[in-house]
Amino acid sequence: MTDLLLNASSFLLSGFMALTLGQVVMILAGGGLLYLGIAKGYEPLLLLPIGFGAVLVNLPLTGLMEHEGLLRFFYDHGVLTEVFPCLIFVGIGAMTDFGPLLHRPGILLLGAAGQFGIFLTLALALALGFTQLEAVAVGVIGACDGPTAIYVTSKYAPHLLGPVSVAAYSYMSLVPLLQPPIMRLLTTKRERAIVMKASKESVSRPVRVLFPVVVTVVTCLIAPKGAPLMGMIMLGNLLRESGVVGRLAASAENEIPNVVTLLLGISIGATMQADQFLRPATLLVLALGMVAIILDTVMGLLFGKLMCLLSRGAINPLIGAAGISAYPMAARVAQVEGMKYNKRSYLLMHAMGANTGGQIGSVMAAGIMLSLLQGLGMG
Amino acid sequence: MNNWDFGLTLTLVGMGGTLVSLWVLTFVMKAMKRLFPVKLDKSAGTGSGEGK
Repeated sequence: MTDLLLNASSFLLSGFMALTLGQVVMILAGGGLLYLGIAKGYEPLLLLPIGFGAVLVNLPLTGLMEHEGLLRFFYDHGVLTEVFPCLIFVGIGAMTDFGPLLHRPGILLLGAAGQFGIFLTLALALALGFTQLEAVAVGVIGACDGPTAIYVTSKYAPHLLGPVSVAAYSYMSLVPLLQPPIMRLLTTKRERAIVMKASKESVSRPVRVLFPVVVTVVTCLIAPKGAPLMGMIMLGNLLRESGVVGRLAASAENEIPNVVTLLLGISIGATMQADQFLRPATLLVLALGMVAIILDTVMGLLFGKLMCLLSRGAINPLIGAAGISAYPMAARVAQVEGMKYNKRSYLLMHAMGANTGGQIGSVMAAGIMLSLLQGLGMG
Repeated sequence: MNNWDFGLTLTLVGMGGTLVSLWVLTFVMKAMKRLFPVKLDKSAGTGSGEGK
């Protein structure tokens, strides 16, 4: 009887006995993400499931990420197959109004400049000793676009999925803190105070409906490997703009991204296993992720200054910072900063145009990168 | 391909390709707006005429 009791109690204590220091650290890290999401409100939709997934996967003897484990199932069938990020894109497309961009198409170029950080960080990652495919995954954090980062990383460097996703999502929520000092550093007070005129042109319904179809055709002809991403975002937008499939549009905007965000978040959290996450490379990935977003902002602002010069002061360069894909935070930051220097300055709609341009730009940049890698025999 | 060539190729073609692609898209958007302009409301047109 005593032996039986001892055996039973040792069984109940086996979890405690198997707990390693690394797992404790990662459970605390998961707790940190939960704190940021719940108490600070930073991207709670993602940081909450990611944080909980990180806690869960680092509990010993649970087998959640082993063969046939629950989280392994979500990861294998949703992340590695790239289904989750693509479904999230349907939701993003359904939630995005490309109207401000269609009002002023030239602003789309800011969405291109806002992606330059991807490529500059890629070069930096190579210089720091990452392998070529790892550098691609690290650079793509600069897309400021979680699903794109996950899509590319799961394809080329799945072992970096944890740090890349955490960096992509957490820095996205830090855009309101990261961007303003760079904006003030790179622009003059006079530039920041520029009032942009509202566009008088309207956009007809056929243009709004045709836009997602035409963009899909043009971009996928240029970069076919980006088709899953661009195709899905534009499908979501077509559901929204067509006006004839209200139920599908509502699902694309709500139910689909809600369910997928939950599963994607917990699957990403599950990649934060102590033995794989606690490595010097992780810290380097997190640091380079921040560099990527800073470089995006710098390049967007510099391009904004160029457009300001070419338009003889008609464009406020602050909207260049909104050329990154963090939607709609980056647009709001441009609006708030503009208002600080001129109370009559309403940059929001223009910045929204640049911001939606950034969404197209980030997917386009990823598509071009994927197509290039295929061309180099690495895809 | 060594790291230097790889990095340079991806950086230059990537940045250039993204910029040119989106530049092409701006023309496509402008063309679409020309092909399908906003139709003016007839009643609004009459109204403005009456005011002259």
